[in-house]
This record gives sequence, structure tokens and C-alpha cells, in this order.
Amino acid sequence: MSPARALLRRDIMLAFRAGGGAMLAVAFFGTIAALVPLGVGADLPLLSRIAGGILWVAAALSALLSLDRLFQADFEDGGLDLIALSPLSLEAAAGLKILAHWLTTGLPLTLVSPLLALFFNLPAEGYVALIGGLAIGTPALSAVGAIGAALTLSVRRGGLILALIVLPLVTPAVIFGSGAVLTALEGGGTAAILFLGAFSLGAVALSPFSAAAAVRLNLAG
Amino acid sequence: MTALSFSARLTALANPKRFLDISGVLLPWTAIAALLFLSAGFYMALFTTPPDYQQGETVKIMFVHVPAAWMGMFVYGVMAAAAFTGLVFKHPLADMSAKAAAPLGAAFTALALFTGALWGKPMWGTYWVWDARLTSELILLFIYLGYIALWDSIEDPVRAAKATAVLALVGAVNLPIIHFSVDWWNTLHQPASLLREGGPAIHPAFLWPLLTMAVGYNILFVWLLLLRIRTEIYHRRARSLMLVQGAGP
Repeated sequence: MSPARALLRRDIMLAFRAGGGAMLAVAFFGTIAALVPLGVGADLPLLSRIAGGILWVAAALSALLSLDRLFQADFEDGGLDLIALSPLSLEAAAGLKILAHWLTTGLPLTLVSPLLALFFNLPAEGYVALIGGLAIGTPALSAVGAIGAALTLSVRRGGLILALIVLPLVTPAVIFGSGAVLTALEGGGTAAILFLGAFSLGAVALSPFSAAAAVRLNLAG
Repeated sequence: MTALSFSARLTALANPKRFLDISGVLLPWTAIAALLFLSAGFYMALFTTPPDYQQGETVKIMFVHVPAAWMGMFVYGVMAAAAFTGLVFKHPLADMSAKAAAPLGAAFTALALFTGALWGKPMWGTYWVWDARLTSELILLFIYLGYIALWDSIEDPVRAAKATAVLALVGAVNLPIIHFSVDWWNTLHQPASLLREGGPAIHPAFLWPLLTMAVGYNILFVWLLLLRIRTEIYHRRARSLMLVQGAGP
């Protein structure tokens, strides 16, 4: 088995066995989606307008859940040193960890989102934009989150500062993702989805380098 | 002065002792210059500019608000450049400059947001709208706060310097994207009136006080930055002394 496959398999298995896996992120996602109508009121037309926004914010927060342990767990028990010494470059390792995080957080969220959109009475036109947008945009959440995770891996209880760092940086994804749902409800148009795709591609392409640089400076210190 | 190249002189400034000497000389002059420009700006703004025919006297909040917003963005540029210099060229004072500049930039941004809200109420009828510029400024403030928080959370100063440098650079890349994506919404804030084709759209009577205030804010920033870097140098010296003492005889 190649080092890349081994690392990917290990991270996914760890996420499922020790980290609560997909169910934790989905449950958190569902809880937020259930809490908002309780807070905002049961006005169905209002809920159908804000569905995209609420689900995107919930997706961003759910992605944050397991991010702080992305590198920190391996850093604490010495695994990160071994990964750094392996034939795999740190950039590739960071990219694979981002992939593993997305497979165990972003992808399950995307698959569950149509069910939650039912609670918000989202009109039929919005579903494709919602699911497609989440599928395209959640990798960006994992990618930018990984940069924050690498920067804070030596900070105890770094979850809060991770959120403070990552959330402002992923605002374009939230804006364009929920904007895609809104434009679909208002008659269609591809601008939002295209911008979301551009942001996501850029984030996924560039973040392994930043994350690897951050891991390196933490390992060296 | 000997015929040193620019980069040689810049690295000569890297010596903290030399920096303390030079900044010690510059400090009182920058303070006086800042006071002069700000006083002149305030005088011009309050007494020599006429009230706007639509907004009356409240337009004069512009002279506090607009330079603060400019400075918020300018200081982030300074911070990112210092972070880059520290990370790539390992200039010793660069990290300290970035750390020192961040709270100043955050303060300017907060001032811009606060004065903007005070101006918005009489002008637009509301303290806040979620339009492109205001939202971008708010996110800029959060990025500043995240940067400052990261400095404080990492104990080892060398590691903290490098981590915050990476964060500042990632933020610098992302800021235009964030601004552009927020701009994708409809905007209520007026579009650019200064750096546009055809020259400034502001009447000279308003332009000169505005530029005077901007220069005053800038010199104020330089003064405060020099103060903060000097304080940081003394702080690190004190820390080294304490560590040496703690090691004992």
C-alpha cells in the first residue's frame, strides 16, 4: 500500500473510530438546523428564504468541530514527526488530511442537506443549488480550516481561536454558497456557483502549502 | 554617512540598539508633527469647511471616519509586509513591527466602524447596513483580532512570530477575495470618490482637510508604532534578564 493510501485510510479510520466520525458532524449540523427555526419562529416563507444561509453557516460550524484535532492529535503523540519523515511530502500529507476531513465531514453534510432543507420548506428549485453548492464549497471549508488547524496545533484548547481565525477567511464560501441558493430561488443564474467553484479550487490548491509551512514551523520550534 | 547600499543600511537598522537610538531621536519629532497635522486638520474641518447642503454639519464626521478606514487597510499592508520580511529574510525587527502594528490597525478599523455608524444614523437613518464596505471592514477587524489572539496563544515567541506571519500572509491573499465577494452584494455605501478616473470627485474645500487628516493619522501611526516597537524590545530584554537571573549562579 502506498504511503498516500495508508495515510488517507488511517485518518478516515481514526475519524470513525475515535472521533465520532460522520455521525457527529451530521448530528451537530442537524441540531443547528433544528435550533434556528426555534429561535427565528415558524414562519415558513421566511424559513424558506433563509434556508440556504442557515445551512451554509451550520456547515461552516460543523466543519470546525473536528478541525482542531486534525494535526494536534498527531503532534501530541509524535505521529506528525513520523509523517514529516516519511517519503510523503508534508504538502501531500496536508492535502490527504484535508481530503480525509472532507470525506468524514463535508461529504456527509452535503448528503444530509436535502433532508434538512425539508424542515425549512425550501422550494424545489433550490435543492440542486444547495447540494451542488455544498459539494463544491465544503472542500474549501476543510482546506482553509486545515491552515488554521496547522497554525494552532500547539495551542491547548485551540478550538476557539481556530474558529476566530478560520471563520473570517471562509466568508466568501458562505456568501457565494448561500447566494447560489438564493439566485436559484429567484430564477437562476450561474455567477454564484462559478465564484464558489473558483474560491474552492483556489483554496484546495493553495492551502496544503500554507498548512505544510505552518506544520513545519511548529515541528521545528 | 558612508556610501552604503540601501539593503546594507536596512540590515544595519536590524540591530535593536541602533533602532532604539534612531527611534529615540525620531520620537519627539513625529509626535510634534502628528500634533501639528491633526490640529491643522481638525481646525480646517471644523471651521473652514462649509456645511453640506444635504447633510449639514454631520458631514464633518467624514474627516475622522475616512482617514481611519484608510489607515485600517494601510496598516494591514504594513503588517503583511513586515510578516513577509520576518518570515523570508528573517529580519529581527520585522516580527516585532508586525506584532506592534496589529492593535493599531485594529483600533483604526474599530474607529472607522464606530464613526461610520454614528454618521450612518443621520445620513441613512440606520446605524448599520450589511453592504459591501461595512461588511468588509467588519471582517477585517475580525482578522486583526484573530491575528492578535494567535500571538497571545502561542507561548514560544519564535514559533508565534512565524505562525502569525503565515496567518498575516494568508489573510493578505484572502482580503481582496473577501472584499470582492462582499462587493458582489448590492452596495449602499458610496463608491470610490478619490482614486478614480477623472480625478477626485470631492471639492478642494473638503479635499485638503481630508488629506491633512490622513497625513496626521499616518504620522500618528508611525509615532505609536515606534513607541510600541521600542516597548517590545525592552520587554524582550527584560525577559532575557529574568531568564538569566532565574538560571542563577
